[in-house]
Amino acid sequence: MVLNVNGIKHEITVDPDVALLNVLRNHLDLTGSKYGCGEGACGACTVLVNGKPVHSCITPVSAVGGKEITTIEGLEKNGKLHAVQEAFLTIDTFQCSYCAPGMIMSAVALLNNNPAPSADAIVKAMNGNICRCGTYPNIIKAIKLASKS
Amino acid sequence: MDNPENLPHPFHPMQDELPPSSNHAFTIDRRKFLTLSGGGLIVALVSNNFLSFAGETLPQESSTAPVGEVAAWIHIDEEGLVSVYTGKVEFGQNIRTSLSQIVAEELMLPVSSITMVMGDTDLVPYDAGTFGSRTTPQMGTQLRKAAATAREALIEMAAKNWNIPITGLTAENGMVVNSAANKKTGYGALTKGRQILRSISDNVPVIAAKEWKIAGKTVPKVNGRSFITGKHQYVSDMQLPGMLYGKVLRAPSYDAKLVDANDAKAKAITGVVVVRDGDFMGVVAPDVRTAGKALLAIDAKWEETNGQPSNANIFDYLLKNASGESERRSSGDTKGNVEEGLNAAEFKHAKTYNINYIAHTPLEPRAAVAEWIDGKLTVWTGTQRPFGVQEELADVFKLNKEKVRVIVPDTGSGYGGKHSGEAAIEAARLAKTVQKPVKIVWTREEEFTWAYFRPAGVIEVSAGVNKDGAITAWKFSNYNSGGAGLDTQYKTANKQIAYIASKTPLRQGSYRALASTANVFARECHMTDLARMVKMDPLAFRLKNLDDDRFIAVLQTAAKSFGWTNSKTSGHGFGIAGGFEKGGHIATCAEVAVNADKEVKVIRVTQAFECGAIVNPHQLENQITGAIVQGLGGALFERIDFAGGKILNPGLSAYRVPRFSDVPEIEVVLIDRKDLPSAGAGEAGIIGIAPAIRNAILDAAGVALTDLPLIPNGVLP
Repeated sequence: MVLNVNGIKHEITVDPDVALLNVLRNHLDLTGSKYGCGEGACGACTVLVNGKPVHSCITPVSAVGGKEITTIEGLEKNGKLHAVQEAFLTIDTFQCSYCAPGMIMSAVALLNNNPAPSADAIVKAMNGNICRCGTYPNIIKAIKLASKS
Repeated sequence: MDNPENLPHPFHPMQDELPPSSNHAFTIDRRKFLTLSGGGLIVALVSNNFLSFAGETLPQESSTAPVGEVAAWIHIDEEGLVSVYTGKVEFGQNIRTSLSQIVAEELMLPVSSITMVMGDTDLVPYDAGTFGSRTTPQMGTQLRKAAATAREALIEMAAKNWNIPITGLTAENGMVVNSAANKKTGYGALTKGRQILRSISDNVPVIAAKEWKIAGKTVPKVNGRSFITGKHQYVSDMQLPGMLYGKVLRAPSYDAKLVDANDAKAKAITGVVVVRDGDFMGVVAPDVRTAGKALLAIDAKWEETNGQPSNANIFDYLLKNASGESERRSSGDTKGNVEEGLNAAEFKHAKTYNINYIAHTPLEPRAAVAEWIDGKLTVWTGTQRPFGVQEELADVFKLNKEKVRVIVPDTGSGYGGKHSGEAAIEAARLAKTVQKPVKIVWTREEEFTWAYFRPAGVIEVSAGVNKDGAITAWKFSNYNSGGAGLDTQYKTANKQIAYIASKTPLRQGSYRALASTANVFARECHMTDLARMVKMDPLAFRLKNLDDDRFIAVLQTAAKSFGWTNSKTSGHGFGIAGGFEKGGHIATCAEVAVNADKEVKVIRVTQAFECGAIVNPHQLENQITGAIVQGLGGALFERIDFAGGKILNPGLSAYRVPRFSDVPEIEVVLIDRKDLPSAGAGEAGIIGIAPAIRNAILDAAGVALTDLPLIPNGVLP
């Protein structure tokens, strides 16, 4: 099947029920998206499919054929960070940063959908993403900063 | 440097998670030191014997360093680039940044010109591990002195080159400067072509915290961009040429014995190798999915152990299995006669506090990549103890330590939960059989089941108090949690304090702040109960019984910023708690609301924190905020459920950790004591939140909870 990831078409041969996360990490060498739980409960694997946030660890690859998939690696364009990445960098948001790619993808999806989200809207949209280091207040600051840019 | 293994700590921080022998001689492989460092200036904490061996070319500083000890070293190469070698590892504490700041400050260089070489057993000097809030006070102090020694040596070398006295020479921005003669020379040019060793001088002048220009300031995470672009390679992201993927067969319950295993179907899968060695059984495959299929294809028969305890009886179990009197360990601070003190008290108060097992749940599970080349084993793994895991591997594979290299790339968190090398050993076993690199990444279920937990515990507290608020007696017995934070920090004439080991049915070990999450909880709950008995304000009662100025200062600071004396909304309550641990002083105020349905909501938290001179304000605030958020889980709802030797909630959908919606309004107030040495900040920030919330619930609803977590179902009983 053909996967369209970050604007590049990849021909891949895998069982249709293989998780998208597995294909991204092990077949396409896109290791920015992380494994955290394997059950769509932590958000570390979040990618965008046609602009919507998706838990790639529980999404069979057959469900995303022909769709536009964006991973953390696809946000930076010509060496320039995406505005959301820039905001997360400015706030110096994270500690271990393992959750960072999933957080940023969820934040991008939120802001694409709602450029000026309220505090409640941020919490609602981000609640599926876990940061065990507890940097949630910084993440909210970074999203608010990005929403202004 | 204090050898952490020899610290006068009555309770080993890692009582159960480590293999029995860990008696490392602090020796350094001299060849490693000399060949790696190449030309240039090297400053290390080394013995004089070492310097004479190395053919030292400059006059030595006198060193009080214990013979054979090297904590860290700094190398300045011919280009003037500075490399700092330390066995500490980066797990999100942001020490890669804060240690760089400390070195940059003393060497008068920008942070960007410093490279931290961390946690690679082939490249860095021995280190016991990154735990116990020791990086900043110990490694930070050593590096500070090493960098200052290097700076002074460079100034001396410039003076010699220019044939002038050192008076009037200064170090600025990577150069030694003679402002009178308008001359300057770069650090690299000074060291060119020579290998120069210096030992760290204890007497070297270091820059006082109040003069800091780089340390003490907010500096962003040094490699921050690689994390927010997804480019950083955690161990779980690594790929080596020809690498295969491993999976390990797990028992269905604890203590189960493998009786029989038919691996014919697994072996029949293309590319699969099955490895069996006693009870260890694993598979290797070209991809992770095939490895998973092969594992499922093994028909294994296990003999399980019946009658294992569960949540329902764990606290009785810990009391029944408590060690005998002779094995009990008191705090060493027992004094007076506690029974007499209790009898003489106008009020007495006894309670038992129960602490459940909780899991660290680092978002990156245990992972390792192992490779054998010509009999030498290299393992990349996320462990807080690279040299400890090197020893584990050397023991398992009967190798000299020189034949084992452990490398720890910056890792996806640990919180005290990654002291051990399980995944490293598993990957190395499989790689040895297939003679190709093998990667193992634990699943979340494996991490929940086969790692170790914060211990469960039972804490019995009896105290006596008089009407005037004086504590007449304090009897405190902790079963199984551990000894950290055991002793009371309040004045009392009579006390008896003990930690009593027990038999744990689940594997347990270090957790952020160790047992002080349990001991401070019990102590601070009890203190508020006592205050209420004598009708004193809980803050005033604490202050009356304290003489530690730093603890008093954080209590007063937190209370003031929180508005402790302000009026409360109906149904709301305020709680306060605090303590100090490893140089970190903390006080936490919490406001909770309890509604008619007995649902509890944490409204806001104010936490004051003081750990001496602050090295990086933003990163410190990040640590303290993070500790509050992490602490909310253990306070309110985190609990490992288990029965019959099985974990019943081994996933993030079943084991609840704090999320965005759980986070109250948080205010962190940092006190910067530039007159005091910098202490660690990773641990103490977590100890105040649980008792502060519990005491606020008591204030709001009159319910004195005694167990952690407080409200696993979100409502009061």
